[in-house]
Amino acid sequence: MAEAKVAAKQSTIGFGKAEKKLLTDPLDSNNPVTVQVLGICSALAVTTGMKNALVMAIAVVFVTMFANVITSALRNSIPKAVRMIVQLIIIATLVTIVELTLKAVAFDSYKQLSVFIGLIITNCIVMGRLEAFAMANDPYKSMLDGIGNGIGYGIILLMVAFVRELFGKGELFGTKIIGNTSEFLIDTTTTWGLGWYANNNLMVLFPSAMFVIGAIIWAHRAWNPSLVDVS
Amino acid sequence: MHSTSQIFRFVFIMTALVALVLSLMYTGLKGVHDNNEAVYAKKAILAAVQNKLGIEASTLKDAEVQEIFDSSIKQEVYDMKGNLLTPEQVESAGYKGGLAENVDINKEAKKPESERILPMYRYKDDKNEFTILSVQGKGLWDVIWGNIAFEKDGRTIAGVDFDHKAETPGLGAEIKDNAAWKRQFIGKTIIGPDGNYTGIAVMKGGARDPNWQVDGISGATITADGVGEMMSRGLKYYQPIMKMAKS
Repeated sequence: MAEAKVAAKQSTIGFGKAEKKLLTDPLDSNNPVTVQVLGICSALAVTTGMKNALVMAIAVVFVTMFANVITSALRNSIPKAVRMIVQLIIIATLVTIVELTLKAVAFDSYKQLSVFIGLIITNCIVMGRLEAFAMANDPYKSMLDGIGNGIGYGIILLMVAFVRELFGKGELFGTKIIGNTSEFLIDTTTTWGLGWYANNNLMVLFPSAMFVIGAIIWAHRAWNPSLVDVS
Repeated sequence: MHSTSQIFRFVFIMTALVALVLSLMYTGLKGVHDNNEAVYAKKAILAAVQNKLGIEASTLKDAEVQEIFDSSIKQEVYDMKGNLLTPEQVESAGYKGGLAENVDINKEAKKPESERILPMYRYKDDKNEFTILSVQGKGLWDVIWGNIAFEKDGRTIAGVDFDHKAETPGLGAEIKDNAAWKRQFIGKTIIGPDGNYTGIAVMKGGARDPNWQVDGISGATITADGVGEMMSRGLKYYQPIMKMAKS
């Protein structure tokens, strides 16, 4: 307990370079999806549309942030022997709170996402940050790290969803952008009006998310060569 | 290092706290959740007649949905022989509330065919009169279900709405998401000119008989076939009732 008090004295609630780095690193050089390659499963599942991806991103930011803060606040009293279980309980509690809240305020999104919201529990990013960061840092820094990683994940999610919804359904947030104007999405024979683009059904299916994420990782490393693994 | 008793104490307190928070939240929000579920199911019923009424069911407010149900819809429940059931009989079948909206068609599908009960909604306002029937069947991955609205004659489809548990987005899920595909069903008849029951067929490669066949969905043959099977079988259950209503 004595250690906790010392640690509390050392932590300052400021926003300097170190704090900024905690927020921005996960967006670029330490991105959870493209660099750490975590949370891929959910990136495949919820990226068929921008709306679902956005709701998912917000939910994950909420969960990573609070899970980090709570774990960090408890880090000196959590018995090492059961720390994984305790972390899981914290994550599961937060995810259940998100699920119950969504069911009350955004029922349509809840209906579309229901299984995947529950699966945030298994999102490796959350547990990974608890183990790697929150168990060793104070609550304020952990909060910034949680927000940063949540947003870093959310950005990739939205990028993938943008490509998949636009080229798979010709829509963004459910609004028609390209493709034939008929609502019969799978009728690729129509060429009139905006129908110069035929929807690519592959983009709606899960494998396309793999290709898109692969392309994003490629582009990211081409743009930031320090990430390239030389081995 | 923590002793075993400390570990037990920590885990116990933590679990109790979490359980308390979650159960409080669950009971606190239960009313809102139940209301959302009920409105969602009612919107699905209105979605079957939305084309004819010129409304968009998914954008209606909760109060508007309730208003339409209170003013224009009469709910009835029948058994497989076509006898009207009282609310008490419906309740004894396991549905609290005793109305058609309380009947869970996915639960009914697990019973033997002769023991099932059939929810029916009669819509009536100044200009329109529809009968809305519920059907349930199998898609590719899991169950699919839907509400089918009929014109006054009881054989011409006025609109359909489908939902599914786990069909593939962009393929099988089009039965729910694709409004143009659902509009094809409007005007089809389930009784042929000779008076025999034809049901509805979803045809791969395009409909041939415009009276009772509709186009399938490319890439979702099994789900689309499931829709045809579900409608032909499910609507047949209602035929004793429809015949009785006419005579």
